[in-house]
Amino acid sequence: MKKQLISIRVNGRTHEIAIAPSQLLLECLRQDLGLTGSKRACEDSSCGACTVLIGGTPMLSCATLAMSVALDDDGHGPEITTVEGIAEHGSLAAIQKAYGDWGGAQCGFCTPGFMCTVSALLDHNSDPSEAEVRDALSSNLCRCTGYMQMYQAVRAAIEAERKGRAAAGTGTH
Amino acid sequence: MAKNGSNGDFSVIGKPVAFVDAAGKTTGSGKYTDDLTMPGMLVGKILHSPLPHARIKRLDVSGAEQLEGVVAVVVGKDAPNKYGILPVGHDETALAVDKVRYIGDNVACVCAVDESTAERALELIDVEYEPLPAYFDPEESMKAERDLIHEQRPHNIEKDYHHVFGDPDAGFAASDVIHEARYIANEVTHAAMEPHSTLAAFEIDPQSGEPGRLTVWSSTQVPYYLQHKLSLVLEMPMSQIRVIKPLVGGGFGGKSEVIPLEIIAAVAARKAKAPVKITYTREEVFWAHRGRPRTIIDLKVGAKRDGSLQAVSARVVQDGGAYCSYGVVTILYSGALLGAIYDIPNVRYDGYRVLTNKPACGAMRGHGTVNVRFAFESAFDEIASKLALDPAEIRRRNLLKPPAITVNGLRVQSYGLPECIDRVIEGSGWGARKGKLQAQGSVRRGMGLGCSHYVSGAANSIIRSDMPHSTVNIKIDRDGGVVVYTGASDIGQGSDTMVAQVAAEVLGCTLRRVKVIAADTDLTPIDIGSYSSRVTFMNGNATLRAAEDVKKQIVSAAARKLGCPPEDVVMRGDLVFRRGASLVEPGREQSAAEILEAKDAPRGGPVSSNAPTVSGKVEGQILRGSLQQKRKEEGRRDQLTFEEAVVAAIDFHGALSGTGSYAPPQEARGGAFKGSGVGPSPAYSYCAQVAEVSVDEDTGEVAVHKIWAAHDCGRALNPVSVEGQVIGSVWMGLGQALQEEMVWKDGLLINPGMLGYCSPSAAESPEIECYIVESVDPEGPFGAKECSEGSLAATIPAISNAIYDACGIRLRESPFTPERVLAALRERDQQKKLNLTEGVSPTAPERFREHGGATWFAGKGPARHELDPARTGRVSDVTGD
Repeated sequence: MKKQLISIRVNGRTHEIAIAPSQLLLECLRQDLGLTGSKRACEDSSCGACTVLIGGTPMLSCATLAMSVALDDDGHGPEITTVEGIAEHGSLAAIQKAYGDWGGAQCGFCTPGFMCTVSALLDHNSDPSEAEVRDALSSNLCRCTGYMQMYQAVRAAIEAERKGRAAAGTGTH
Repeated sequence: MAKNGSNGDFSVIGKPVAFVDAAGKTTGSGKYTDDLTMPGMLVGKILHSPLPHARIKRLDVSGAEQLEGVVAVVVGKDAPNKYGILPVGHDETALAVDKVRYIGDNVACVCAVDESTAERALELIDVEYEPLPAYFDPEESMKAERDLIHEQRPHNIEKDYHHVFGDPDAGFAASDVIHEARYIANEVTHAAMEPHSTLAAFEIDPQSGEPGRLTVWSSTQVPYYLQHKLSLVLEMPMSQIRVIKPLVGGGFGGKSEVIPLEIIAAVAARKAKAPVKITYTREEVFWAHRGRPRTIIDLKVGAKRDGSLQAVSARVVQDGGAYCSYGVVTILYSGALLGAIYDIPNVRYDGYRVLTNKPACGAMRGHGTVNVRFAFESAFDEIASKLALDPAEIRRRNLLKPPAITVNGLRVQSYGLPECIDRVIEGSGWGARKGKLQAQGSVRRGMGLGCSHYVSGAANSIIRSDMPHSTVNIKIDRDGGVVVYTGASDIGQGSDTMVAQVAAEVLGCTLRRVKVIAADTDLTPIDIGSYSSRVTFMNGNATLRAAEDVKKQIVSAAARKLGCPPEDVVMRGDLVFRRGASLVEPGREQSAAEILEAKDAPRGGPVSSNAPTVSGKVEGQILRGSLQQKRKEEGRRDQLTFEEAVVAAIDFHGALSGTGSYAPPQEARGGAFKGSGVGPSPAYSYCAQVAEVSVDEDTGEVAVHKIWAAHDCGRALNPVSVEGQVIGSVWMGLGQALQEEMVWKDGLLINPGMLGYCSPSAAESPEIECYIVESVDPEGPFGAKECSEGSLAATIPAISNAIYDACGIRLRESPFTPERVLAALRERDQQKKLNLTEGVSPTAPERFREHGGATWFAGKGPARHELDPARTGRVSDVTGD
């Protein structure tokens, strides 16, 4: 299949790449852009290790054609955030720190997918109930943790964000 | 968290710290093997056998070779040397040489410029097979006279052992109650999130100008064994092979031996004269397998009226698949680990490891013990109910009295089982709730107890020799950075962090000073790998000794500076000081974390008052000239910073490095009988669990509401990590108990994907409450022992016993799927049998059953040899009666 030139916007940068129309977003990220954080693990779109945010919504990059997220001629198109784009200004985001502190990541292979899933959850709902967290996390598989420590990590991250916001709030006065 | 903190007076260990590689994992910057690329790298794709047992009559790869973009096609005769993880089981070749032995066996490998070209080339390979009769049921396979899977294994029996300890016949004669039943545990696999991946590249030798040294990056738990097997197959000296383990995305035993792709990638790189990377698809991961074998356990247990065990007899048959793999070890563990948990005076064990035409089984978390433990703990529960004893009470009446040596020669020292039982009984409210939980409509609730144990590393290594099982080197330079070189393979369990913590604790420095270089055979001394839960115990001890070695040198130099005898020098909290020096009040010693915080405080930020300050310090380093000056100025002192002490030691000794190694003590290596080498360990972990479940009698669904899990890990070096390992083990046991199962039809795996394999998601995973019990082992590093495997085995019987408590059915075949539960309920109620389970009762299973999907109904499927047992014999009747 002949390759086509497209532009996609990933983690705040626009990249111009030549891809086959059948190319999956996951392969495009890993091979063309060198963003190897997103993982290929199941090949039946069931594990969520390849989850990225497309316009803020967690999606499986192994089930998304790269062409479908290309920018149009006017440069309009969805913003893609991968795990590499979750960190804030070179430091760990609250959820990343919490996953480390609370043992939410063991082997770490599923972690990039969880980072994207959880940050989307917290972006849309800064104080999710336990059931909402469990529901959101059920889109991703982990074989190490049994998920228990992830719940603790998510709660710790929410707490850290709240404190951070409070500190930022007092700082402006 | 408070309930699981360590009590000892330590500054780094016993504290919950984030893994040293955590940030790489959460930001996606950490590199796993499949994330690596090299210039000119080719992609390898493997052609697999579509038949379970067949001779290769013709193999023509010329069509594939001619495809544009294909660089090389590798076949069996390119590397015909046999290998295998066990010296007694060298029965594998990189690619099939004369015949294929399971659906998915490796036939050829294409190296091409990209994946799609390689996949197209696979279709151009022409193979003509001559089908042979295949064997799928181990009890059938044991009767085979001809068409053996491996010619050198009569009756397809890989290995059988027959052990008698004490006098089992007299034990049964003295018993008041005897329970006898067949238990079946179906096959499960690791399904680690990371599919196996290997990248192999040769360097050109500058002297000869020919390809010389080989470097292999691989997702492995055993870099040293991989180096050894590559050397065998490629006929290269080990010194010319470098194995590097990048981050590994989970192993659970599935990467604890040499997997075909690791050898194939190296052979392919040699033939293609270019770097080759092979990454398995998920389906290939299931074919590579090496998981827990389907196991038939005929168990007989006798006890006196007071509950005391008199004798145990077990006949275990394992469906090992087509190659030996770890099989001989698995079948030995199944027998050996009947012991070392309860006091059993008389044991008879007959174990058969049988070859079948399916992917090879190997080592999986809880290697060898899990299925037998399910049988034993279930049987123990039945004996308790026959004697009207509480399940916890009967276990308490059969405890070992350590230090003890069991009848089969296992040495038990630290033994936290009694406390584990107490903790879960108390935590779950067992006394008040067991047997009294209210049913709601058709949903009945119950609670069950199970116990288990596991080795902290095998006392005898796979390759018999006197070499230490672990060696660790430490180098400290003038910058005060501590570099630990360890062969320990971190596969996500946190061994790099454990090593850093042990080194930091001994040297009294902050964790941040310690850099761990791990699992690179060129840089790190030999460690035999991450399996049998050996790493904390053995590599931890080697690290401890290496750190002590360096510490001795620092202390002797510091003693001169401090003007005190070396035994009065204390290294702690990044300081080196005289014991009792007034600047450090007792109880006010700084924790490493405080020091680190102080040092890391941003400029102008709060610095705690007792943080050490050094003139001439820039970003944690000492400017060398100014230190000399400073010493002259200050003369003899009460304390030195870590850097100052290090510099003093280097000035005195010329260099600062240390080494330590560990080999299990002779008295822990077991008895002298045949097969005694497997089972002995320097220490055993202990676990007890209570599960609370509900069973919907209308649908047969079992839901686990909560599991209380206590684990005796000796000492928790990092409580967050220990909890993670225990919870992860319990959770994996839960998967095997309720939903995970490899489903076979005529040797074809019906569910080779994460979706079909049904690994539990967050939605199905219950709360697991973890209690850490610290029995402080006399030989473990700081008293630590195993924590990553032992808990798995208790979960399955805890759940089956809870199901009995809920609705009075004994399930003796795992997993406890709705169809098995419903069949057992109908049997309990004496209703007409529904033929959902091919007539195999889950309460009294007499044989394995095969599942049939629509396409496989009534024997449809690929053509088989006419003598194939799958074609003759029974044909499943799923229509019911």
